[in-house]
Amino acid sequence: MDLFEYQARDLFESHNIPVLAGAVATTADEAEKAASVMGGRVVVKAQVKIGGRGKAGGVKLAQDAADAREKAAAILGMDIKGHTVHKVMIAQAAPIAEEYYASILLDRANRNFLVMASVAGGMEIEEVAKTQPEKLARVGIDPNVGVTLDKAKEIAKLGQFPADVQDQVADVLVKLWAAFVAEDATLMEINPLVKTEDGRVVALDGKVTLDDNAEFRHANHADLVDHAAANPLEAKAKELNLNYVKLDGEVGIIGNGAGLVMSTLDVVAYAGEKYGVKPANFLDIGGGASAEVMANGLSIILGDADVRSVFVNVFGGITACDAVANGIVSALSILGDKATKPIVVRLDGNNVLEGRRILNEAAHPLVQQLDTMDGAAAKAAELAAK
Amino acid sequence: MAIFINKDTRLIVQGMTGSEGTKHTGRMIVSGTNVVGGVTPGKGGQSVEIAGKTLPVFNTVAEAMAATQANASVVFVPPKFAKAAVIDAIDAAIPLVVVITEGIPVHDTAAFFAYSQSKGTTRIVGPNCPGLISPGLSNLGIIPADITGPGRIGLVSKSGTLTYQMMYELRDFGFSTAVGIGGDPIIGTTHIDCLRAFQDDPDTDAIVMIGEIGGDAEERAAAFIAEYVTKPVVGYVAGFTAPEGKTMGHAGAIVSGSSGTAQGKKEALEAAGVKVGKTPSETAELMRQILKG
Repeated sequence: MDLFEYQARDLFESHNIPVLAGAVATTADEAEKAASVMGGRVVVKAQVKIGGRGKAGGVKLAQDAADAREKAAAILGMDIKGHTVHKVMIAQAAPIAEEYYASILLDRANRNFLVMASVAGGMEIEEVAKTQPEKLARVGIDPNVGVTLDKAKEIAKLGQFPADVQDQVADVLVKLWAAFVAEDATLMEINPLVKTEDGRVVALDGKVTLDDNAEFRHANHADLVDHAAANPLEAKAKELNLNYVKLDGEVGIIGNGAGLVMSTLDVVAYAGEKYGVKPANFLDIGGGASAEVMANGLSIILGDADVRSVFVNVFGGITACDAVANGIVSALSILGDKATKPIVVRLDGNNVLEGRRILNEAAHPLVQQLDTMDGAAAKAAELAAK
Repeated sequence: MAIFINKDTRLIVQGMTGSEGTKHTGRMIVSGTNVVGGVTPGKGGQSVEIAGKTLPVFNTVAEAMAATQANASVVFVPPKFAKAAVIDAIDAAIPLVVVITEGIPVHDTAAFFAYSQSKGTTRIVGPNCPGLISPGLSNLGIIPADITGPGRIGLVSKSGTLTYQMMYELRDFGFSTAVGIGGDPIIGTTHIDCLRAFQDDPDTDAIVMIGEIGGDAEERAAAFIAEYVTKPVVGYVAGFTAPEGKTMGHAGAIVSGSSGTAQGKKEALEAAGVKVGKTPSETAELMRQILKG
């Protein structure tokens, strides 16, 4: 899960990482109130989970509370690269002397964590890596050792921070590591990390990604979910514990196993080129395809107005095809006349003959079976074209 | 000979007394795996009857190894307890641990992987994987044993069901070993580890490599193939239609910006001389042509 900037700021603050005063507002009224509590000049920042908001006009300096109200009114509701602005952050404005960079992230390639820090901040770190690589410290961290103060000082030196801020930067890195571990994050980025004119090192903007697999030990992370932005079908699927991603095509997809479902999307996309149709979603029903899970899956997909046909692609490994077939039959009887789209089924693997027999016997008018994944994908695409 | 597991593999099951553990222990026994015991902390001293076999339960992997001469473990414990289970196995210096559990926090995996590296005595396969099978010899995990029999193809895949699909498509040839390495961002055994082992295995003639979006493991595997592998390799990559920034089922299956795309992986593999199929069946057909000469 990716956090908004204001959530990242609050999280940083709770782990004693120095930040400036900040508050979130969803209306111009709230923005004005927050700015007047803060006093002085403030920055009004669009809260969107995408880069480039500054260039898009989503970040404005306000002279006072009334000005903050005006700026917030202009920013709220803006569209930034397809993301509608529902919230702004009101941040204390501080005179900035220098802009730096610091982050910790999961390093998949090296199977550990990576700290990056640079005296050159305020721009994309990829840009720094390309143009001024000598100023970017990249240091691998052993998860069982972490970022010690000595290590942090070494990193601050490598990142070419000026001597007068190295201790402060090292302190931020140690605290950032503690926060990274405590919150089960896979990314914590401070960009820019700034030195204010009075010499303090402060996190001015942050990006945080939390590990969804660690939800079981972070009850509070549920509060960070952005329900407003979630696609309603995705939200419903999540409630039903289904692995579903909405896409913008016409062929609904259900399969078992993430790899096979991804592959099914691809095969349907190839087959659909001829008919001008694409896969409508990713839906992995996982190992035990019970009737209930199948019914839940089908109801999500049939609830998608864009869907014109459905492709159920199952390779029975542990799951037996007869169980899947029974699942489809009961799902259709549970759904009754809510099921209106043609359904193409391809079953293979464990107990396939019995599975196919069950579907043949049920002879549901919406269901047709094909023997191969490629053939079934072509049929589903053809049906979606009509 | 096969890779990583063979007829001499003596297996213990961590989490054997749980429902998934019991179910799959039975399947592994039926498919000919030499299961010698299980580990459930707090239940040491008991024994359980599974698939006609009486299996002793131990509190720790070290105790189980001392009593049974086990040389491999499969982990079926829930995500919350998986880290402790794997650390227990590493402390016992068991040569192989296969972690089936899905949903382990990546900080836990990073910690036990780093620990295994520092000890240098335990290979980890997974987590979030279906395990591995050397048909007719040994089967560690949840791969169905009846898809196909022994043969001379080696298979390495991030995905369980695509492994099954590919084994099924090539069932008339059979496999030396099929390894499901798992779909998490950090995994203990990589494509490269398996490619090296298959290249060095006299009983493997050709290799199928299945990848998916996310990370750059396939790109690095391609570089390794160019440098080290002389046996024919065919490849398949899933996720061409995956949108940027969305996790597709597997925790590691995500395209971030322009990195981790299926297209990039396909191009890297092709540049290394790997024939890459557009679909699973086309990939199987490429392998078929190679094996038929």
